[in-house]
Amino acid sequence: MTDNDHNRSVSLAMVGSGGAGVMTSGSMMLEAATRAGLYGLMTRTVGPQIRGGEAAALLRLAAKPVHCVDDTFDILVAVDWKGAERFAAEVPLGPDSLIVTDPAAGAVPEILAASGARVIEVPIGALAETVEGGRANMVILGLVSALIGLDEDPIYEIIAKKLGKKGDAAVTASRQAVAAGYEAVAELSSPVTVSPAQAGENRWLISGNQAAGFGALRGGIRFVAAYPITPATEVLEWMSPNLPKVGGTLVQAEDELASINMAIGASFGGRPSLTATSGPGLSLMMEGIGLAVSSETPVVIVNVMRGGPSTGIPTKSEQTDLNIAVYGLHGDAPHIVTAATSVEDCIFTTQWTVHLAEAMQTAAITLSDQFMGQASAVIDPPANISFMAQRLVEPEPVEGFMRYAVTESGVSPMSLPGTAGGQYTADGLEHNPKGLPSTLMEDHRDQMDKRDRKVSEFNYGDHWADVEGEESSELVVLTWGSTTNAVREGLERLNAEGISAKLVAMRLLSPAVPKQFDAALEGAKRILVVEQSHSGQFLKLLRANYDLPGEVRSFRRAGPLIIRPGEIVDTVKNWRVQ
Amino acid sequence: MNELATKKFKASDYKSALKPVWCPGCGDYHVLLSVTQALAKLKLQPENVAVVSGIGCSSRIPAYINSYGFHSIHGRGLTVATGVKVARPELTVIAAGGDGDGFSIGGNHFLHACRRNTDMTYIVMDNEVYGMTKGQPSPTTDPSWDSALSPGGTGLSPFHPLVIALASGANFIARTFSGDVKGTASIIADAIEHPGFSFVQILSPCVTFRPDQKVWKEQVHEAVVPETDDPGRAARRLMTDDGFNTGVLYRGQRKPYRFACGEEKGDIAEIQKQFEV
Repeated sequence: MTDNDHNRSVSLAMVGSGGAGVMTSGSMMLEAATRAGLYGLMTRTVGPQIRGGEAAALLRLAAKPVHCVDDTFDILVAVDWKGAERFAAEVPLGPDSLIVTDPAAGAVPEILAASGARVIEVPIGALAETVEGGRANMVILGLVSALIGLDEDPIYEIIAKKLGKKGDAAVTASRQAVAAGYEAVAELSSPVTVSPAQAGENRWLISGNQAAGFGALRGGIRFVAAYPITPATEVLEWMSPNLPKVGGTLVQAEDELASINMAIGASFGGRPSLTATSGPGLSLMMEGIGLAVSSETPVVIVNVMRGGPSTGIPTKSEQTDLNIAVYGLHGDAPHIVTAATSVEDCIFTTQWTVHLAEAMQTAAITLSDQFMGQASAVIDPPANISFMAQRLVEPEPVEGFMRYAVTESGVSPMSLPGTAGGQYTADGLEHNPKGLPSTLMEDHRDQMDKRDRKVSEFNYGDHWADVEGEESSELVVLTWGSTTNAVREGLERLNAEGISAKLVAMRLLSPAVPKQFDAALEGAKRILVVEQSHSGQFLKLLRANYDLPGEVRSFRRAGPLIIRPGEIVDTVKNWRVQ
Repeated sequence: MNELATKKFKASDYKSALKPVWCPGCGDYHVLLSVTQALAKLKLQPENVAVVSGIGCSSRIPAYINSYGFHSIHGRGLTVATGVKVARPELTVIAAGGDGDGFSIGGNHFLHACRRNTDMTYIVMDNEVYGMTKGQPSPTTDPSWDSALSPGGTGLSPFHPLVIALASGANFIARTFSGDVKGTASIIADAIEHPGFSFVQILSPCVTFRPDQKVWKEQVHEAVVPETDDPGRAARRLMTDDGFNTGVLYRGQRKPYRFACGEEKGDIAEIQKQFEV
């Protein structure tokens, strides 16, 4: 890292009401930039409308991998300004920013103009009309490419790839519209340009939701029960056509109560199973998740968080399903809660979570969020991880087989239907080691002990958190989930200024791992806890489970405004010791 | 294999050693006997059978049968059973439960299990009452039946499970009386063998909270009209029958739900190519 690295990215917002095609422009831009050797991240902000309504594709491109959004946007291009006031807060601009607007769209809204950004007018719509079949979103693609110094060639390659099947006329029209945009701003000075470090080799373009699906598949998931919900549906839609390629299947269920319980049934049958949902669906699944815990049936729940409570803000991100994931089950119900720390990490964390659920024969909830789930990122090909579903199965049960035998590890060999001599009834009723219903204090104690032991004494290795930075730093920043990326970049910037801090981004949220935690926080005198939650759910989880040494501060706010690296920098710099 | 082929299958082989929690005289004892007789009749290996239930008196049945079982949560037996069947199509899957479990809290799953037409059998032991919670009206209870929870009766017209099963797409619909053990066993065996989703309503009296159901054994009568595969005819019959007509009342021809579960094939490396730019 050199001190100016964070400036060597460019942040773009392409704005237009739904139907204007800005999402298409954004996706094509990201793919073209990838071909040119850049990395990038694209998020989207949309209103609640099914079609139409305000929409913006938000991109950040750089010569190194990009995991979070920057503090301000360098360039904002608008086809129109419909509903712009509703996302203005998500596209912060500054005096160095550039607004490109079509004079036909009217004046730049005051809320954006107040930033002091330079405004240039380009007749985007009129330029599109000069081309037969030309569209404004393609003009935007051309002019943005020109402004950031990106070659036209990769754009044309993507046009040929994406529009080829629509025929030559469509390809030609798009090329001409791109060229028109390119020429329109060729003479203009740009606030920032990016140049690729090197051409990319086999880089991947993947969304967090696809990454979760892929990680699940790689971990051995072969059955999925699905009920659609924003913003988790893409996990299911990605898995549906890909599962059959490895002998798996997906069933669309009638509701979330059905999807969790179908997954439990399939897992009882021997197939590693998963469902994916978001807050409201997770609430409905709670009783089923408890059944998985009690019956010791492995099951994985991918929960892509959105703003809550209740229906909340379905299309925007928040980290507020932590409480329900950890505490939502009735009774004492030891289970696993994990969270990915980036789009890319959705692969690893989901795969790891499958491994944990299968190895410990319990329910495992893995938390992602709308920001990660629906963001597309350019990543280096991920390392192959050896974790696979490895369930302790009894292939040849002998006379007296006990499904819930009390073992040292707490994990008991499981017999699968079809195996003679292994017959048992899985039960949500408390049971004895044979699986027969029991109300005896001793059975309840022993089974409770074993279900707790298998989870609390499991060896989670180094994967419980990403611990980064100076070993001896007296400042530790604790965070989790997608917020990790803003913190990581903020700390890199501080480091470049000679301020050292340690990052502890927790991947394992339940059970607690005090030994590893204490080691990571050794020598800490100041602790900053960062999260996207109004009530400080993560801070409370930490306080309930761990000793937090020194002075503890919380930097948090509710969604949907995501936390930006500059805010971490400012918080640390403005820390006055009390 | 030869040994298995020549083995004699007795109903008692399918009975587990566990003593039921049911009241003396409960109709569910007879249903348990019928199920074990049906399994013996079909010569099914106990380990290749999965009996799945929800919560309630009758939902206790899996543990009393020598097979794989899942006593799940209230109302969700059908969904767990669906998961088992999709994951392991070669197994014989029987879902079982009561009227409250299946038609009230699990009502949505009942509709969609009929629609989905997965190849399994659903047995509902209908006693028109919540027994485990000591006597509250269920969806099939008469509107005037008095109880502490609904004094003077619910005033609600009873749910008609067979009509709803038909309208929702169940492929086999039958009604039996628990007291007719042999007849019930024969219909359960028939239901298991019929492809797709088979629904068997078993009138199974609750001697404790519904002593009035003692008269059921006099009221039930075998259907005189032969079974039909015509949903229109079946609908008219089911809508107009007296609720005590027993036998196979509809035998459909719908193809069971198909799913793609197969052998592990393909390669993750092939799948990941779609992400390469």
